[in-house]
Amino acid sequence: MANHRFAPPTKAKEPGTGLRAPVGRRKFLGYLVAAPTLVVAAEFTRQTVFDGPSASAAPIPSVPQTPEAYDLLDLLRDAARPTANLIRIEVNRDGTVSFALPRSDNGQGIITSTQMIIAEEMNLEVEQVKVTLADARPELLFNQITGGSSTTFTTYTPIRVAAALAQMRLLDAAAQLLQQDVRTLTARSGLITGAAGRVLSYGDLTEAAASRVDEQVEVVLKPREDFRIIGKPHNKTDARDIVTGRKCFATDLQIPDALPTVICRAPDLNGTPDSVENIDEVRDMPGITDVEIVSTGVAVRARTFGQAIDGVRALRVNWNDGTVHGESDETILAKLRAAELPMAVPPVGGETVDASFTFYFKSSSALETNSAIADVRSDRAEIWGAMKNPVTAQAAIAKKLGLPQNAVTVHVTEGGGSFGRKLFWDAALEAAEVSQTMGKPVKLMWTRADDSRQGRVHPMATSRIRASVTKDSVLSFEQRHTSVSTDFTHGLGDAITATGARAPLGNLTFAESIFELTQVTPYDFGVSTRLLNEVEMGFNTSSMRNVYSPDVATARELVTDQLAAKVGQDPYEFRRQFLRNDRMRAVLDAVAKEGRWGRSMKKGTAQGIGFHTEYKGVSAALVEIDCRPETVNRRIREGVTGPRVTKVTFAVEIGLVINPRGVEAQMMGGINDALALILSSSLHLTDGHFVEASWDNYFYTRQWNTPPEINIIVLDAPGDEPGGAGEFGLAATCGAVACAYARATGKVPEYFPINHKDPFPFEPKPLVPPIPESPTDGLRYTY
Amino acid sequence: MPTHTFTLNGERVTVDVEDDVRLLWVIRDMLGVTGPKYGCGINVCKACTCHINGKAFNPCSVPVGAVSESDEITTIEGLADGDELHPMQKAWIEQDVPQCGFCQPGQIMAAVAKVRQCQREGRDVDDEAIEEIRNICRCGTYNRIREAIKAGADEM
Repeated sequence: MANHRFAPPTKAKEPGTGLRAPVGRRKFLGYLVAAPTLVVAAEFTRQTVFDGPSASAAPIPSVPQTPEAYDLLDLLRDAARPTANLIRIEVNRDGTVSFALPRSDNGQGIITSTQMIIAEEMNLEVEQVKVTLADARPELLFNQITGGSSTTFTTYTPIRVAAALAQMRLLDAAAQLLQQDVRTLTARSGLITGAAGRVLSYGDLTEAAASRVDEQVEVVLKPREDFRIIGKPHNKTDARDIVTGRKCFATDLQIPDALPTVICRAPDLNGTPDSVENIDEVRDMPGITDVEIVSTGVAVRARTFGQAIDGVRALRVNWNDGTVHGESDETILAKLRAAELPMAVPPVGGETVDASFTFYFKSSSALETNSAIADVRSDRAEIWGAMKNPVTAQAAIAKKLGLPQNAVTVHVTEGGGSFGRKLFWDAALEAAEVSQTMGKPVKLMWTRADDSRQGRVHPMATSRIRASVTKDSVLSFEQRHTSVSTDFTHGLGDAITATGARAPLGNLTFAESIFELTQVTPYDFGVSTRLLNEVEMGFNTSSMRNVYSPDVATARELVTDQLAAKVGQDPYEFRRQFLRNDRMRAVLDAVAKEGRWGRSMKKGTAQGIGFHTEYKGVSAALVEIDCRPETVNRRIREGVTGPRVTKVTFAVEIGLVINPRGVEAQMMGGINDALALILSSSLHLTDGHFVEASWDNYFYTRQWNTPPEINIIVLDAPGDEPGGAGEFGLAATCGAVACAYARATGKVPEYFPINHKDPFPFEPKPLVPPIPESPTDGLRYTY
Repeated sequence: MPTHTFTLNGERVTVDVEDDVRLLWVIRDMLGVTGPKYGCGINVCKACTCHINGKAFNPCSVPVGAVSESDEITTIEGLADGDELHPMQKAWIEQDVPQCGFCQPGQIMAAVAKVRQCQREGRDVDDEAIEEIRNICRCGTYNRIREAIKAGADEM
């Protein structure tokens, strides 16, 4: 491919820069970093994103809402801007390129997409780009948080700027070595080919291309029409490691003397240890090396995790009450009801639709439980773990240990799922404390029961809506979301904003900001308001995947169906008419067409449709659900069946797509998540603790629940900028499943998941000891 | 301390450990073979699925004392034939199944055993058979898992 960065011959090279930009192309500043081989860096430059919303005709336009002009992704990027010049790419002597991504990959595929972005700009093959996860770098300030589906949006341009500069330097070096005009050179697969077929590899050129001084250089980026990697499906680059068992998670690391460690936890949520009756007895058990009381429980270190668990089970501990002692679902719901904000719009004529929905606690527990390794010495500490906020974690750990922050090294390992949970560093902080107390390295792992009962949760919330509707218009639409406080004290990834969030009322302001920056009512429903109130009640919460949106969208889409019924319209046609712009209508139309909206359905089955906009994108889902008794009542051992979503058609448009295969994967995951949220999985708070202790209590989607038919459409978009994908599959699907269920059964649910008040299909596991014993009959179940 | 000998991924191994320690911890913590993952410890999530004498089982729920010298244990690390991946592993890559990958070693071991079981019993590897697989994937890769199992089964 001919090089695209060449200026027209008439344009003189500007002194002091390497610029050869065609006229009119936007320039970016990159940095050469003094080093023996080529090292480049970059900073952000503001880009326009998408055009504003177009007003639609017949419906009464609502005033523009905050996220349409400036949303959470913009906030995260702007927070990142001042320090992004520290993002560096290095060209190695073997011709590969290295980049330490200051983000956390927990399966969302950002390592692969980052390899693709660099490979595109530098004319490399994807496999020639080595992307690792950066250690905590406090100098990055805001720029080391992974959250809000923001990674690609925030890093896309700076990474490209650095890569473009590296490519330019390599070409310049090649031109000099070959003594040929740079415009005659082509770069492909890490090789630069000149006239007469002379070839140099990037590895041959990296020393010649290196800079002896730090220098600012202007570059232009490859235009979209020249892309050959971005936008093409690419499989995850770590797949071979995964399928051969080589991918290394925190507990797979072999750190010398970091022995398995488990904490004995209180029966109450956040209960603390008072005293231990038999500590020495447990210290003498086989394999056990140490038993110590720490702030969150009693830590047991052993030769194997099995023996550490045995030690935990043998401990007799006297506990102090926890933070929600004696509380239950009912008492918490009553407190939420008392905090509900009033509606603001007086009756404006027409008919009023009032609705109220309750969303119970959900678990964000990933398959990899909270885990971390800590090696704390008198003057320093080294920590390993999957952390989405390593800088804030580092500050918190340093404070806990009484060490300066720069004495704590935090290595970010690849995570086994996050779903918002790894925004916090609970295991790392605990591992550090235990290692300091024992004076030895520890490999600390939460057991499943710990992770399920004591881990962070999606808070219980109510969502109320009042809408007024005439024969052919919606005059007002008010949504009041009232939630147990969502913990945002991780801040934006650094200690400064985290401290702000911990100040009195700081978290509520932060939560309200996140709500305001993410939530849009996508329909022209006249006077439209959305307000959040949160109440701190002592729970461990975090931003579970898609945060407020699954609940907000479920309530909104259910009421939208009711409004459609009031005006006598079909749910799809009604949405189509009231959606605010054509971009939104495009995804709705796509699912209606592909999913055959309106096809005849058997009694007890139905279609449902939902829409959601967030992350600079638009999405729609059309689902079919089967609520017939023979389906609902089918029996699976220790499983929950219930209504079966038989088909999902999902359309998403998020601007420029880096890796369509990865986007599809994220939507598929979000769809399966949504099924669980609406139909099958929740935590039950009873007498100060959560009942659910494992996957046979908490009914996350399983093979027997997943839709047999699933069709994901990634719509092409003209934009130059990517939106966010990691969480986007949920909200529209939640809305569509809830609507389908209501249409199939003729009953609009008042709470979610719909099975929350069913009798437990399991015997609750004991609270003392806090970990169930591993069975011994595993060989009876071979197949 | 009791001694236990068995075959792990084609190699004879011997460990000194109490009889009641579950095999998962012997494999992971003592032998350093970390493909099988802990996800629940009570034979529910199936993340640790391995093979014993060719059949799927969960070492989190088998005391090492219950394993005899003649038993052959295979973890995900032992599924491939050297550098030549098992057809199910290839199908997993081809279908781009994994997201975080934590459950996938167990998913693949379960899939291979399920296909073998269907072959023994003369059943089709269809949706009904696949829905007997209990392994949890919290990333929600189930739909690609289905495609991969069917594709892998065709090559087995």
